[in-house]
This record gives sequence, structure tokens and C-alpha cells, in this order.
Amino acid sequence: MAVIGVRLSRPVEFATRKSIRVLEHDLLVFRRGWFNYLLNGLTQPFMYLVAMGIGLGLYVNKNGGTPGGVPYLNYIAPALMVTQAMLAGAFEAAWPIMAKINWTKTYHAALNTPLGAQDLLAGDLMWIAFRAALLSMLFTTVIVALGAASSPLIVLAVPVAVLTALSFAAPIMAFTATQEGDNGFNVLFRFGITPIFLFSGTFYPVEKLPLFMQPVAWLTPTYHGVAVARSLSLGQVDPFGTAVHLTFLAAVTLAGFAAARVTFRRRLVL
Amino acid sequence: MTNPANTTEPQIHARGLTKRFGTFTAVDAVDFDVAPGEAFGFLGPNGAGKTSTMRMIGTVSPITAGTLTIFGLDPAHHGAKIRARLGVVPQADTLDEELSVLENLLIYGRYFDLAWAESRRRAKELLEFVQLTERSNDKVEPLSGGMKRRLVIARSLMNEPSLLLLDEPTTGLDPQARHLVWDRLYRLKQRGVTLCLTTHYMDEAEQLCDRLVVMDKARIVAVGSPRQLIDEYVTREVLELRFRRAEDETDDSAHMDGKLEGLADRIEQLPDRVLVYTADGEAVAATAYERGLRPASVLVRRSTLEDVFLRLTGRSLVE
Amino acid sequence: MVGIRRLGTTVAFRPRHVVERNLLVYRHTFMVILSGFFEPLFYLFSMGYGVGSLIGNVQLSDGRSVPYAVFIAPALLASSAMNGAIYETSNNFFFKLKYAKLYDTIITTPMSLLDVARGEILWAMMRGGLYAVGFVVVIVVLGALGQPLVLSPLALLGFPAALVVCYAFAGAGMAATTFVRKWRDFDYMQLVLMPMFLFSGTFYPIDAYPPLLQAFVQCTPLYRGVHLIRAFTTGMLDPAMAIDLVYLLLMGTVGLAITSRRLGRLLLS
Repeated sequence: MAVIGVRLSRPVEFATRKSIRVLEHDLLVFRRGWFNYLLNGLTQPFMYLVAMGIGLGLYVNKNGGTPGGVPYLNYIAPALMVTQAMLAGAFEAAWPIMAKINWTKTYHAALNTPLGAQDLLAGDLMWIAFRAALLSMLFTTVIVALGAASSPLIVLAVPVAVLTALSFAAPIMAFTATQEGDNGFNVLFRFGITPIFLFSGTFYPVEKLPLFMQPVAWLTPTYHGVAVARSLSLGQVDPFGTAVHLTFLAAVTLAGFAAARVTFRRRLVL
Repeated sequence: MTNPANTTEPQIHARGLTKRFGTFTAVDAVDFDVAPGEAFGFLGPNGAGKTSTMRMIGTVSPITAGTLTIFGLDPAHHGAKIRARLGVVPQADTLDEELSVLENLLIYGRYFDLAWAESRRRAKELLEFVQLTERSNDKVEPLSGGMKRRLVIARSLMNEPSLLLLDEPTTGLDPQARHLVWDRLYRLKQRGVTLCLTTHYMDEAEQLCDRLVVMDKARIVAVGSPRQLIDEYVTREVLELRFRRAEDETDDSAHMDGKLEGLADRIEQLPDRVLVYTADGEAVAATAYERGLRPASVLVRRSTLEDVFLRLTGRSLVE
Repeated sequence: MVGIRRLGTTVAFRPRHVVERNLLVYRHTFMVILSGFFEPLFYLFSMGYGVGSLIGNVQLSDGRSVPYAVFIAPALLASSAMNGAIYETSNNFFFKLKYAKLYDTIITTPMSLLDVARGEILWAMMRGGLYAVGFVVVIVVLGALGQPLVLSPLALLGFPAALVVCYAFAGAGMAATTFVRKWRDFDYMQLVLMPMFLFSGTFYPIDAYPPLLQAFVQCTPLYRGVHLIRAFTTGMLDPAMAIDLVYLLLMGTVGLAITSRRLGRLLLS
């Protein structure tokens, strides 16, 4: 997934050889615990899709609830894939990064080597992209196995999910570098991430929300990621809309990355 | 030194006290008594069984065999009652890092069912006692090692214990911090608090303990006051001789050639020097010179508990 | 929070000191606790009204047809009670046990291991109870605004019922945590909790399942909790509520007993 990273941040060198070292460190750590990770990556989507898509879907479908009469499972499957990537991106940019900055201080050890703060930032963003890609591919497998995709274009939803993950990870990493402990994260997740998960058109069209909440939903990256992933999976792609959505996601990611470059330098380089 | 245990009931009474973890014996049938007001020390290398003994006295480790009473009570049945009168300073500073300095003491007092007001009164008094008043509202984490230790000691005094258990009270502290801790412990002793401590610092044992036991490999190998132990196991003085190692010679002892024969109670040959245990170091040094020995340096010093300790527990490193 | 005075001596209820300690800690970060109250609300609005708009009405087991929000409100109350209890007794409890060594310190005082376990359960119940109170208040306010979420005044009993759910999960959660060795082991706990949250008749009636699966789901604690609270909020009382109560109380009590035994093993060596 480093390829995406490079393209995202052309103006500032991203996947340098040094930041690859940071990625290698993460991979090395990942060698322990990968099994649980993959297991969760398979069981969580499966359970969510069965419970919400099939179980709850029974009642939605009976009522003819989704727009265009799409089966509810097919409607929420790509959306859940994107929100899972978003949650992973947000989480990974918060507690684990705080640990590296402040608790286990892995970053400080790394800074005694030729690695710089920017390498750490880029390396760990690539790492988050890698994890999000892994989760999204597993999710896609489950979607296909359950027959919940209407179009083979679903495979293109994987990079969209990764981009959504990065659009959360980059700004949150910028935020993390300004924090001393994890109290801020609790507030961020309760009042930011959870509502975004619930109100960004994942489970029902944003149009069902009260009027004043709709523009707020449009401003969340998740809304855009879900819209693109869903159109791909349902095989109803609108090129112009897709371009707008992707531009929005890229813009948020880049802005977050630029901010993180500043906060990382302030935090780690004295 | 008279043993007050004969006149008053001992605070701690142990006979054949044993602790086993599986097949490993940590404490092997030890006997000892600690009298009220006494400062009693367990001296020994790492792994000698000191901490296990302290944990049994603290009622947080059930005994395997033998008898143990604290304040005349059985720890297996009256743990809470015993702990109510006990102060504990564990080896590691187990402070509550989520609370401030003052709050650490406050809540600890509450664990003893002190009323909030009383707990606060004592906490403030004790912070004064250990010179931490200005840090009252600070977090615990940034405190220095010495400050944390003093705070743990203050905490252990919240219930005004009559017996204070201290497991290596000054390990890891710098000299200033150690002396401050010693001073506070000495004051407690003067107030009549019984002190029971473990240490592997000889100077600490000499400074603080009226009586001590030397433990090695789960057993007690010697008992007495610091002075008694020195008198019993080593001589009054030690003469340390260092020799310049000549190019052609591989063995220092060749120098001596039995020239120290008959001069001392005991002679110990170390890689870098020779220790001569004797009542009069100066005299032995003079005689040795007359006999033709030419050491590079000569040092006469009083024997210390360290000499006793090494004599009893050996010089090899215990891991 | 009173000691019982008898013949001049105070027979104290010692577990309260554990609660006091936690209150001292959270005095500085009460936002963390308070914010937990919003999670079930967000779910209520998003699922209840959003998904509800796709679903319309749902049939209760007594045949009444009710708005979807009325159906899931009691389930969200039960789940938030469960979550409140699990927050405190999993990661937080583990941290205090293994890293902060809090209980190693506490046991040097007259406090017993049972006091510790009881105190932490009490604390978990207070936290879960706080969320339950908040939730009940929201239900009342929405009802006053013409959006009734409950069909019976018995709904007020949903609060003590939520406390029972808390007790059950706090006891079981703490007992499970005493077996945890490293942080990653909590993944397994999630592997039990998440499907329970999704499949226990929380989001849709379990009639959709084949009979065997239905029977299985009915044996899970969250199902019992949801059933109990839903019975109160919909006024649909039935004898099976006795099973709910006994099941949940037993679960908490057994958890408590296991916890204090395990703590003995871990701390008194």
C-alpha cells in the first residue's frame, strides 16, 4: 500500500528508504499477534453482516426500506467495510502512537538513529494503510462469500476504504502528537468517531437524518468513502460524484499529513 | 545488650517458620523473636529468604510450616486485625500513580477506616515529617526515588503502627536520601515504634539495628547485635595489604612465603589484596615489615559487619 | 456510604473505600465517565430513528406492533449497563491488578480480597448505574416531547434492572480478567461480547432465528438482561422474568466468588 502513500503526498517525499525502516519495525512487531488480528478481521465483518445485514435486514427488506429496493445486506456491506477501516485508522493513530511517543517511547529510541520525525510519521502512516488494506481485503472476502456484492467493482472499494482510513489517521496523528495522555482520545472517540460511525449514511441514507444534521454528515470523510464504496459495490458508479468524493478524502488526508508534519516536529525534535 | 523479650511479650514470634514454593524452600525453619521497641534486622544476600519472611509477617503470604504470631495473633486467622496495627514499606514503591501525593496518604488512611478529617490531619502531619509538604498536590510519578521512598514511609505510618516492616528501605537511593530516611526511622524508634527491616547494606544495619540475624540460603546463620556479631565472627581490626604485581611473578603469595604465619587469627587471600584479621593491625603491619614484606599499600581499619557478612555468606556472587 | 455504629465501635463496610479511591481518581477526569453516557444515546437516535425509518414498526412477542425505537430502547439500556460494567472490570481492573499493583498495596491494610472485589463491583455498578439513570431521564424527556419510548410506567423499574445487569457482567468480567495474562487476551473477551451485543435480540426480535439458535440465544446473559428490561419498558410482564433475575444475580455472585479466590492466588503467594 506504500504506492498509495507515495501518490498521496507527492510534494513531500513520503516513502523514503528511512520511513520504510519504520514500517519494517512495525511489521516485525506484527509478527506476534497477527493471528488474532486476522481472526478478528474475519469474524467481526462476518458477525456484523449477519446481524445487521441479514437479521435486521429481514425487517428492513420486509418494509421495502432501502432506496431503490436494494437488499439491506448489499446496502450496508460496503459501508461497513469503510467504517471498519475508518475505525482502525482512527484507533491506530491514537493509542499506539501515543504509546510510541509517551509510554514505551519507541520513537525516542528511533530518533537516536538516522531516522527523523518525518520518517516516523510517514512510516507509521504507511503501516496504518497496510493494516487498513488487510482488514478491507478480509472484509471484501466475507462480503463476496455472503453474496453481498452486486458488482465485481467491489475490489476497487478496498483502496477507497484505505484512503478513508488515512483521512482519519493523518489528522488524528497530528492531534496525538499534541497530547500528553489518552484522555483526549476518549472524548474524541465518544463525540467524534462514534457519532461519525453512526450518522454518516452507513445504516441508512443521510437524507433520513434531520435536515440540520445532513450538511454535518457531508463534512465527514466517512460519508464520502461510504458513498464511493457503495456505488462501486452496487455497480452504480457516478464518475463526477466519485471524483468529488475522492478529492475530498485526499484533501483531508493531505491537510492532516501537513498538520502532523508540524506537530510531530514540535513534539519530537527539540 | 539485654533482650526485652524476656519481660514483655514479643511483637513477632517465629519458631520453625518455613515457606516453600513448590519444591523450592525460600525460608527453612527459622526461629526469632522481635521485642517491643526493638529495631530488628534481616541481613542477607539476594534470595536469602528475607522478603519471603517479611511477607509472612505482613500476613500476605501464608506460612508453610512452623509457628508465627504477630502481636500474639495467628496471621492465618487474624490477618485484618494484625494488619490494622502494622505499617508496611514494601521493596518496590507501590504508590498510586493516578493520585496526588496527599491523596495517596488520604485514601490509605481510609483503607484503615480512619475518618476523612482524621486521615487528612495525619496525612498533613506525616508529609511534614518526611519533608514533602510542598509536593502535597503534585502527581507521584515525577517525584525522585528518595521522595517516593519517603512518601511510602509516610503512608506506612498512617495507621500509627506499633510495628513497622521495612523491606530494603534505602536500596537505590543516593547518600543524602538514605541519611534522611535513616534519620526519620531513628526518630520513629525513639518514639517506641518497633522496626523490622531487611537490608543488604551493612552500614544501614549498623546504623539502625539493635539486633539482627544474618540469613543465607533460607536459613539463619547468625544472631546478635552488630557489635556481638563482629566480636564473634571477626577480629577487632583488619589489615589490608596490597602488593605490586611484579612482571616475572604470577602469584602474589610467592611474596609472602609464609611471612605472615602466626601473626593473625585468619588470613584471606583475594586477587588484589591480602586481608589479615587481627586485634592489632598496626603491630602486625610492623612485624610483617620486619620480616621483609614490602606491600605497595597498607591499610588498617576496624572490622565491620561487612566482614562478618562475607565471612558467613561467602564471597561468591549469589544470583 | 455509612458505617454501622454498634456499641461505640464502627463496623465499617470496607468495600466503599475502593469506590472512594476510584472517585478520587476520576475527580480529575470525570469527562471520561460522563461521556460514556452519550454512547447509548447516539445509538438510540441513529438506530432507533434512522434505521427505524427504514423498518417502520416491529411486532412484540405479545403481538403488539410498536415503533422500532420503542423496541431497541430497552436493549440499548441493557447493553450500556453491560458495557459500563465491562469497561471497569476488564482493562481498568487489569491495569490496577497487574501494572499499578494497587491491590498489592491494599492488602497490606485491614482490607480483605473480598472487600476489594466487592468494592470494584460496586464501582462498576455505580458507573453503569449512572448511564442507566441518564438513559431513563432521556426516555422520560422524549416521552414528554411526544416521542414515547416506553409503554408502561413500570419502565422506571428498568433502572434497578439495569443495575442487576451491571452486577452480573461486572462479576463475570472481573472473574475473567483474573485469568488474563496479557492485553491481547482481551481480544477473546471481545469475541464473546460482540456477538452477544449483536445477536441477543438487541436490534431485532429473535423469532427470525431457527428454534435451536433461539434456544441458545436465550441462554446468554445479555438476552436475559434485554428481556428483563424490555418487559418493564413495554409493560409485558411474564414469568420468565424470574429466570432473568436469578440468572443474572447468580452470574454476578459466582463471578464475585471466583474473583476473590483468584485474587488470593495471584496476590497472596
